[in-house]
Amino acid sequence: MTLAVEAQQVCKRFGRNEVLKGINLQVSRGSVVVILGPSGSGKSTFLRCINHLETIDAGRLYVEGELIGYTDKGGVLHEMRDNDCCRQRADIGMVFQQFNLFPHMTTIANVIAAPTKVKGESKVSATKRGLELLARVGLADKADHYPRQLSGGQQQRVAIARALAMQPKLMLFDEPTSALDPELVKEVLDVMQDLARGGMTMICVTHEMGFAREVADTVVFIDGGYVVEAGSPREVLLNPQQQRTKDFLSKVL
Amino acid sequence: MSETPSMKAASAPAPPAPAPIRAVPIRHYGRWVGAAVSIGVLVLIIRMFVITPNINWERVGHYLTFSDILSGLQLTIILTIAAMAVGLGLGTVVAVMRLSVNPVLRTLSWVYIWFFRGTPLLMQILFCFNIAIILPEIGIGIPFTDWGGSVNTNVIVTPFVAALIALSLNEAAYMSEIVRAGILVVDPGQTEAAVALGMSRSLVFRMIVMPQAMRAIVPPTGNELIGLLKNTSLVSVIAAQELLTRAQNIYAQNLLVIELLFVAAFWYLLVTSLLMWGQYYVERYYAKGSSSRPLPPTPTQKLRWWLRRKLSAASASHSSTGLSPANGHQATTEEGVL
Repeated sequence: MTLAVEAQQVCKRFGRNEVLKGINLQVSRGSVVVILGPSGSGKSTFLRCINHLETIDAGRLYVEGELIGYTDKGGVLHEMRDNDCCRQRADIGMVFQQFNLFPHMTTIANVIAAPTKVKGESKVSATKRGLELLARVGLADKADHYPRQLSGGQQQRVAIARALAMQPKLMLFDEPTSALDPELVKEVLDVMQDLARGGMTMICVTHEMGFAREVADTVVFIDGGYVVEAGSPREVLLNPQQQRTKDFLSKVL
Repeated sequence: MSETPSMKAASAPAPPAPAPIRAVPIRHYGRWVGAAVSIGVLVLIIRMFVITPNINWERVGHYLTFSDILSGLQLTIILTIAAMAVGLGLGTVVAVMRLSVNPVLRTLSWVYIWFFRGTPLLMQILFCFNIAIILPEIGIGIPFTDWGGSVNTNVIVTPFVAALIALSLNEAAYMSEIVRAGILVVDPGQTEAAVALGMSRSLVFRMIVMPQAMRAIVPPTGNELIGLLKNTSLVSVIAAQELLTRAQNIYAQNLLVIELLFVAAFWYLLVTSLLMWGQYYVERYYAKGSSSRPLPPTPTQKLRWWLRRKLSAASASHSSTGLSPANGHQATTEEGVL
């Protein structure tokens, strides 16, 4: 069976700063992976490499068996044209720490923007599906509100609906609850948990240990640009083998 | 542990609401004096203009709608709108070039801005008008072949065309910096989120970045437009017949200098007022979604609601029943207008 995501020796530098030094990871379809790690460990950068928001410097990254960002022609890599990058990204949903909703559009306009303009779906059918998605994240009554009229938790749920509207094969979550007031975290995690139960393949960078314990199939601990330890939540969180993992967990648990 | 008064208060049933404060306001005598002095000075200045025998106000009224003046005004408005349209379009292109990753485009746009901001507009107008000296003929054709044709430059480059070209190119240099500032203000997270949804670079620019940049672009563009309106008067040096040139031509004959300058000032102020009024609504349009509260009502909305309140109050006093639906009706219409 094709893996949803496969990372082989993925490296990324910013100038002289080597952020990723060879990440190996395999994510099978339908599974939920939580990436943990101290700040600056490269976990967000790795997530951004998966949908080619960052270009990798070495290694290979595959999503659904397809090489990301490059075309392999007889062993020679060619940089991908903008059109092809867009096509690859359209199948990968991403949710950001700062929500990044489009403030000049209403909630429903945010949700249907990409399906209508990128996929050419009709406005009527996109709106119908968009309203269903908003209902699914519990915001059916907020369709005509502007993002700034919503709470942080509501905005993040709209952002999830917006990503889902493209019917992605994979969802990436970059610290989705870190910018939220504590009492709003749960409403977002509930939506994510619901999504995981529905069989969505998810890769989440998060500090929510409860979510990692209860929802994740695999927990990956990244530090210093490497995968230090990976396994089931029980193995990694309760019985870590590496000293660095133990040090990190002792600080956050 | 002793029970504090506040704890008692918390457990007790709700206490009566405290009496509202009725304090004696501070008297700002200085403000009254300042206002009185300024109004006095203003009255004196206006009186000076009105009572002077050297201004013939009847002639001002006469020339206000004189056909030469009106056709000059027409040219001024056409030049302003056309130069701003080209300036905005070309300025956006130059701004995008300056933000491009292509070093050649970046340098070219920098040189363009450097030249057109670095030399006087008056000089650029003269240069465009005299372009025939270096380009005696203008034509189209395929380089290094015989195909094509050309015409005398002086036939095409009339004073109007020279004025339009110079004003447009100059405006584009200033507008490009305003557009660039607007683009830079938009949070990079917006582009990232749009790109992550699979949108192409050009779609992101048109649909996500520019509408948000417009909020920062509109106010300085209003400034530019008003400045441009008055800069059109510079084209009098190449005898393009805009408003100020027409006024000068008339007073050169009848010596009513001040009267005709007042006529020109009246029209410049009127057009400026219209532009400011338009800017208010354009700014409102791009302000949607910018605040968690609805936008404040426009002056016309306020007037309409005030009239409606008065009307419904009047009809309520006419009707015999004390229970008037006016209040409920008014609330719903206000929401509807918003």
